Amino acid sequence: MPTSDYDPACLPDLLPLYYRRLFPFSQYYRWLSYGGVSKNYFQNREFSFTLKDDIYVRYQSFTTQNELEKEMQKMVPYKVDIGAVYSHRPSQHNVVKSGTFQALEKELVFDIDMTDYDDVRRCCSAADICSKCWTLMIIAIRILDRALREDFGFHHLLWVYSGRRGVHCWVCDDAARKLSVAARSAVAEYLSLVKGGEETLRKVVLSDPIHPFINHSLSVVERYFQQYAIVEQDILGSKESVDKVLALLLTTHIKKDLTIYYQDEKNPMKRWDRLCALVEHKKSSIKKGGQYFDKEIMLQYCYPRLDVNVSKGVNHLLKSPFSVHPKTGRISVPIDLKELNTFDPFEVPTISLICEELERPTADEAEEDDVKDKENEQEAGERRRIRDYKRTSLAKYVKVFDRFLEAMARSWKGEMLKKSGELETSFSVFLTFMSFTYT
Amino acid sequence: RQFYQRARRRKKLIGNFQNDLYDQCLQFYGQPPLENISLTEFETFAVERLKLLKTVENVGVSCGKSSEQYTKKLDAEISSLNFPHRGGISEYEKRRKDHISHFILRLAYCQTEDLRRWFIQQEMDLFRYRFNCLHSKHKTDFLHKNNLKYETVSAEEKKNLKDKLIASSYGLSGTKVEEHDVYKVPFQDALDLVRTRKVYLLAGNAYIPHHEIVTIVLNDFRTRLSKALAMTARSLPAVQSDERLQPLLSHLSHAYVGQDYSIQKNIGKISLEQIDALSGKSFPLCMRHLHKALRENHHLRHGGRMQYGLFLKGIGLTLEQALQFWRSEFVKGKVDADKFDKAYAYSVRHMFGKEGKRTDYTPYSCMKVILSNPPSQGDYHGCPFRHSDPELLKQKLQNYKVSPSGINQILELVKGMHYQLACQKYFELTHNVEDAGFSLNHPNQYFTESQKLLNGGRDIKKEVDMSQRSQENPASVTHPSQANSKQAHEEMGDLDSFFQDE
Repeated sequence: MPTSDYDPACLPDLLPLYYRRLFPFSQYYRWLSYGGVSKNYFQNREFSFTLKDDIYVRYQSFTTQNELEKEMQKMVPYKVDIGAVYSHRPSQHNVVKSGTFQALEKELVFDIDMTDYDDVRRCCSAADICSKCWTLMIIAIRILDRALREDFGFHHLLWVYSGRRGVHCWVCDDAARKLSVAARSAVAEYLSLVKGGEETLRKVVLSDPIHPFINHSLSVVERYFQQYAIVEQDILGSKESVDKVLALLLTTHIKKDLTIYYQDEKNPMKRWDRLCALVEHKKSSIKKGGQYFDKEIMLQYCYPRLDVNVSKGVNHLLKSPFSVHPKTGRISVPIDLKELNTFDPFEVPTISLICEELERPTADEAEEDDVKDKENEQEAGERRRIRDYKRTSLAKYVKVFDRFLEAMARSWKGEMLKKSGELETSFSVFLTFMSFTYT
Repeated sequence: RQFYQRARRRKKLIGNFQNDLYDQCLQFYGQPPLENISLTEFETFAVERLKLLKTVENVGVSCGKSSEQYTKKLDAEISSLNFPHRGGISEYEKRRKDHISHFILRLAYCQTEDLRRWFIQQEMDLFRYRFNCLHSKHKTDFLHKNNLKYETVSAEEKKNLKDKLIASSYGLSGTKVEEHDVYKVPFQDALDLVRTRKVYLLAGNAYIPHHEIVTIVLNDFRTRLSKALAMTARSLPAVQSDERLQPLLSHLSHAYVGQDYSIQKNIGKISLEQIDALSGKSFPLCMRHLHKALRENHHLRHGGRMQYGLFLKGIGLTLEQALQFWRSEFVKGKVDADKFDKAYAYSVRHMFGKEGKRTDYTPYSCMKVILSNPPSQGDYHGCPFRHSDPELLKQKLQNYKVSPSGINQILELVKGMHYQLACQKYFELTHNVEDAGFSLNHPNQYFTESQKLLNGGRDIKKEVDMSQRSQENPASVTHPSQANSKQAHEEMGDLDSFFQDE
C-alpha cells in the first residue's frame, strides 16, 4: 500500500522538502493569475498560513511567483488557505484608509464534510471515513457538478480531496468569482435539500411539483442507493436503524404495516421494496403529502449536505489545493471526475510517501542531471522541480490540475482577445463592409 | 441636488412634462420631481407617506402579504391617504403626491443603515402590492416604459422546455406557458426565485413566467433604490443646511404619526402607590424594565430618566408627584435629599416645562426609543426587543411567566426586526387576548390600551369585536377581563373617567 507510514512529528522535516521540490508552484501561480486578464489579481490575493504550534497568520500576499515560493519555503506553513482578491495588497491592509480595503472577488466554493452525515452513516463517525461512506462523496460530486454546470452554466470546476474527510469544489469561472454574497448564498440554498439539525427528524420534505433539479439529483441517488444504503450501510438491518427510517414516515398505517412485515421478512432489499410499494400505493389516494416518502428517505440518507456559510462569504478562507493535511499527511489533490468511480481516498499520497519517493534514485536520471546542471540555475531548478514531482505519486494529480488549467486558459485567451482585440473585430467588420460595398 | 432646489421659489411647473410623467399609476421613481411646493405640502406629503409605509409594515407582518385581509387593509389605507390606487382616471394629484413624497422620505431615511433597510423594505412591499394590482397588459406597458428589456423566450424553446417550466414554477400551466411570455434573465437577476428554487435554471439563465416577473422587477427596484439612497446620503449635508428643512427631516426619521401624549389628560389620577402594580400589569416591557432597575439600584442614568420620566408624565403624574417619586427613590441610594434637589430636581421640572410643544419633552414614541440613543453598559433605557440580547430577553420573559410558545413567537418577530410587533405580542400574551386591537406605536399608548382592557371600559366598536370574540373563545377572552375589571375597578377608582374621552 503506497502510503508509507506518516507521523505528524515528521512534518517539520518533510514540509521544507515538499515546498522546495514538490509543490507545483508554477501551475499554482498560473491558476491564481487567471491569465493576467485582471491587473494585480495575484498580488491582491489573500493567503493565510497556519505555522508550527498553531500560529495563524492572515493577510499574506505576494507580488510574484518567486516571492510566493521563497516565503513558503521560509515560513514552512503546516496549512495554507486561500482567501479573496482584495482592493489592495492584503499585506498592506493596515496602511489602507479604513473602509476602503474590501474583498472584491473570489472563487465560488463548496465544502462537503463527512461529519455532516453522522446521523445517517453507521460505518464511521466524526473524522473517520471508509470506502463504504466514501460513496456519499461520489454522490455529492456527481449531483453538484451537474447542477453547477447545467443549471448555473459554470464551466471551470476544480474538485479537491480535502485530505481527510471531505471534498471541496472551486468554481473558477469569471462570473463565479464576481458573485455577490447574496448570489452565493442563493446558489447554496438552491443546492440544499437536507434541512434541520438535531431536533429535526424529517430533514427532507418534497411536494408537488418536483423541480427538475430534484429529479436530476434523485436519479443520481437512485443509482447508488440500493448498494450503498441497503447493502453496505444496512439501514434496514438492525432494529435500531429500521426505527430511524420508520421515524421518517409520517403515515401510521404504513409504519404499522412495515413493522409487522419486518417481523418475518429479514432481507433488507425485500424490506425496502415493500416500503416503496406501500408508498407507491398511497400515491394513488387523494390525500396530499406522503407520496414521496421513499424519495425523501433516499435523499435524507444520500443527498449532499453543504455548509452554506462556507459558500456565502466573499472573504471566506478555504484550504488550498496541494496543501498538506497535518493529521493524515495526505496532500489535498485534485480529483479527476472521469475516474471518479475509482478514486480511492486511501490511495492519495501522503507527504511522507512522496518525500520518500523523491529520494529513490534512478539510473538514467543521474546522467541527465550532469548534463543539464550546466544551464542557468533558475531554469535548472525549475526543471529539476518539474522532474521531481513527476517521480512521485503526486504526478498524476498535477496532471489533472494541468488539464483543468488548459481548459481555463482557452477562456482567458478569449478574454484577452476581447480586451485588446477590439481592433481585430472592427477590422474584420470593416473588411466585410468593404466587400459588400464593392460587390 | 435637483430637488433641494424644489424648496426654493424658482421655476414654474413644467406642464406637459409632468403630464407625461404621471400617465402611469406606478413608477420607478427614477426622476426626482422638478417643481416647487410649499413647506406645508412638503410636510403633509411626507407624513402621509410615512403613515402609509407604517401600515404596509404592520399589515404585512400581521396578515401575510398575499392574504385577502392584506389587500383589504392596504386598499383602505391607500384610499384614505389619497395615494394612487388601481389606475383611476383622475389620479394626477395622487400620482404627483406619490412621486414627491417618495423623494422627501429618501432624504429622511438615507442616513443610517437601519433607516435605509426599513425604507427599502416598505417601499418594496408597497411597490410589489401595486404592481400585482395592475392588469397584465399594464404590467407589460410598465416594463416597456421603464426600459426593462427582459429577453423573451422563443416559442420553440418554450415548447421544448414546457414540462420543465411547469415543474419549476408555482401556478404555471401548459396553457399559460403557450399564451404568455416567458422571460430569460441571468440567474444573478432572479436571486429570490433561485434561492427558493421556484424557477427553472438552464445554463446560468432563469426562465421566468410572466406572472412572476414582479420578483425580477422588485430586484431591480431594490438595487436602484439602494444606490439612490447611498447617493442621497452623500448630498444630504447640502440639504440639511437649509434650516427650514432640517428640523422637518430629522423629525420625520424619528417620526411618529399618532397621538403624542404631550398634553396631559387626567392629571393626578394615579397615585404613587399604584406604580409598582401598574408596572407589572400595564407598562410596556421597556418601562417595566426601567422601573425595576430604578427600584433595585435607586438610580437611573440620564437616558433612563428621560425615557421613563416622560412616560410617567404621559400617564398622568403631576410635577409634585414626579418629584416625590424620584427623590424618594434616589435618596434610598447614594444621593441625599440636598443633592437631589440641586442636581436632579431641575431636570424633572424641565420635563414638565411649560414651554409649549417641544419634541424633546414629549414622551418618547417607540420609533424614537428604538432608533435613537442606544443603551450602553449601565443603561436600562432603549427597547428590550431591539437592544437586549435575545437570550437575556428570553430569560426576562420567562421570569415574567410568558409561555414558551409565546416567547418563541416574540423571538421570531425580533429576528425579523419587528420590534413594535414583538411588544404588541407581549401585550397580547400578558393580557391574554388574541389580538391587541391596536397598532403599537407609543409606550403611553400601550399603557392606555392596557388600562382600557383591564378596566373593561370600551367604546362601542370594540365592544362588538369583544362580543364576537367571546362567542368564539369564551374561556380565554371574557373571563380574565371580567375578573380583572372588578379588581381593577377597586384599585383604579375613578380611572374610568380616564377613558371616557375616547
